[in-house]
Amino acid sequence: MAVGARRGSSYVFLVPAFLLYTAFVVYPLFTGLTYSFFSWKGTLRAGFAGWDNYAGLLSGAFLDQLLPALGHNVLLFAGTMAVQNTLGLVFALALSRARRGKRALQTMFALPYLVNPLVIGYLWTLLLSPAFGPVNALLKPLGLAMPWLGDPDTALPTVVLITTWQWVGFPMLLFSAALGGIPQEYAEAARTDGAGSWQVFRRITLPLLKPAMATVTILSFIGSMGTFALVYALGGSNGAPAGATDVLGLLFYRTAFASGDVNAMGTSSALAVFMFTFIFGSTLLLERVLRRKA
Amino acid sequence: MKAAAVRILLWGYAAFSMAPLVVMVLSSLRPTGDIFDQPLGWPTGFGNYAKAWTEASFSTYVVNSAVVVVCAVLLGAGVSLLAAYPLGRREFRGRSALAAYFVSGMTLPAHLGVLPLFYLLESMGLVDSLTGLVLVYAAGSVPFNVFVLTAFFRQLPHELDEAASLDGAGPFATFWHVMLPLVRPALATVVVFQFVPIWNDFFYPLVLMRDETKLTLPVGLTHFFGQFQNDWGTLFAGLVMTTIPLVVLFVLATRQIVAGLTAGMNR
Repeated sequence: MAVGARRGSSYVFLVPAFLLYTAFVVYPLFTGLTYSFFSWKGTLRAGFAGWDNYAGLLSGAFLDQLLPALGHNVLLFAGTMAVQNTLGLVFALALSRARRGKRALQTMFALPYLVNPLVIGYLWTLLLSPAFGPVNALLKPLGLAMPWLGDPDTALPTVVLITTWQWVGFPMLLFSAALGGIPQEYAEAARTDGAGSWQVFRRITLPLLKPAMATVTILSFIGSMGTFALVYALGGSNGAPAGATDVLGLLFYRTAFASGDVNAMGTSSALAVFMFTFIFGSTLLLERVLRRKA
Repeated sequence: MKAAAVRILLWGYAAFSMAPLVVMVLSSLRPTGDIFDQPLGWPTGFGNYAKAWTEASFSTYVVNSAVVVVCAVLLGAGVSLLAAYPLGRREFRGRSALAAYFVSGMTLPAHLGVLPLFYLLESMGLVDSLTGLVLVYAAGSVPFNVFVLTAFFRQLPHELDEAASLDGAGPFATFWHVMLPLVRPALATVVVFQFVPIWNDFFYPLVLMRDETKLTLPVGLTHFFGQFQNDWGTLFAGLVMTTIPLVVLFVLATRQIVAGLTAGMNR
């Protein structure tokens, strides 16, 4: 067989994947980018708009939705770091001392994250229902019944708790793996030098966990920024109650498909590009700050 | 003393972690009236499942989801397998550029292209069609699949191709008779990793599907929740039915993957 023919056959293998991926992933993404620079009348392109659509994102009416939504994403991230990832670290440390049942425990902690976020959202809506839900039924005798998702003040913290319940097994597994990689000798050496267990944790374990923490932080950031199905199930596409759980993903969905604005395609495409730039840029920044060698 | 505290913390949280799922399963087996009387209690029967399956068209949703997931995973894995073979094992011009082109898709936010995608599918008559969803999911799975499979092809011993070509096998025969049997474990990994996100995906069908008879489970679930708002027993049954296929997959897949890996080693 001729060498040329053999080489040519390589391309034959590549054609189906290339066509599929180019048509349904790459082409829509780049077309979406160009959409954001045109003004639109429904689905008709009305003319080059330059940066107008982006300026529109920062105009009064839209900004009043954009800022709270972005703020809620950031609060979700902060809440996830404070509650979910702290608990994940505590559990990983506890698990490293457990002698029996490690596997069973890990499985039980991790099981909720296999479940569809939409199912999680609806399940908790029922469980936390103020009138008929089992959670308040259990808490009422203790005088701890709460409005949970029903009150704008408690709705977002409740979302943080639900996210924590679903995902805590994930930082736990990452931290467990990192703890497993720290040689026992370090702690032993420190103890012979008279270090207490807090000092061992503070001066040895914690610094060695830094890479794992960076990974957990970055993945939590991307997860918190992209949340959609869970909040949709909990509060619908408007982020009920009273927009208290509105996030960027919901705002994008409403702008693109439910706003009734003639320029919806321009505005939502600009919003999509803004979201991508913001999330990608922040991730790179986090990456640089967190992975810096001290 | 301290060890006891650690054990209580861990097993206590494990119980908390499992409790909502246990309540979900128990409640799905109780009539709605009982749930409203007494939020927690023991199961009494399967009536809710029958109702969700027939009255709430869960049967339709489950069949649609199964068809879409199976076709998309097979199509995505198939085209990626073909592409990964030359990318991982053969020399040709533009190989590294093409590999980078495919893999860069892992970092691209595919959801942001949803509007053009909608109009593209509309122009092809594929909005509101399961075929459209299959194409979108299969295409979306290409970057990850190509990445994993290329790496796998690359680490197979080089003598294999040489032996095959000495025996007079062309690239297609080599691919089919020599490579395909060897990549089965990697293929199992790819299939399992794509199954879950596609089964769970909510965004694309929310945007692309309107026809009630063509909905997949996640969007079907949102309609179902509007429709059966006050029938909690049926709601719980629907949630369990959406979750069970994934549990089954995980039970089956762990064995499948382990079997595949060991089979690969014995060769």
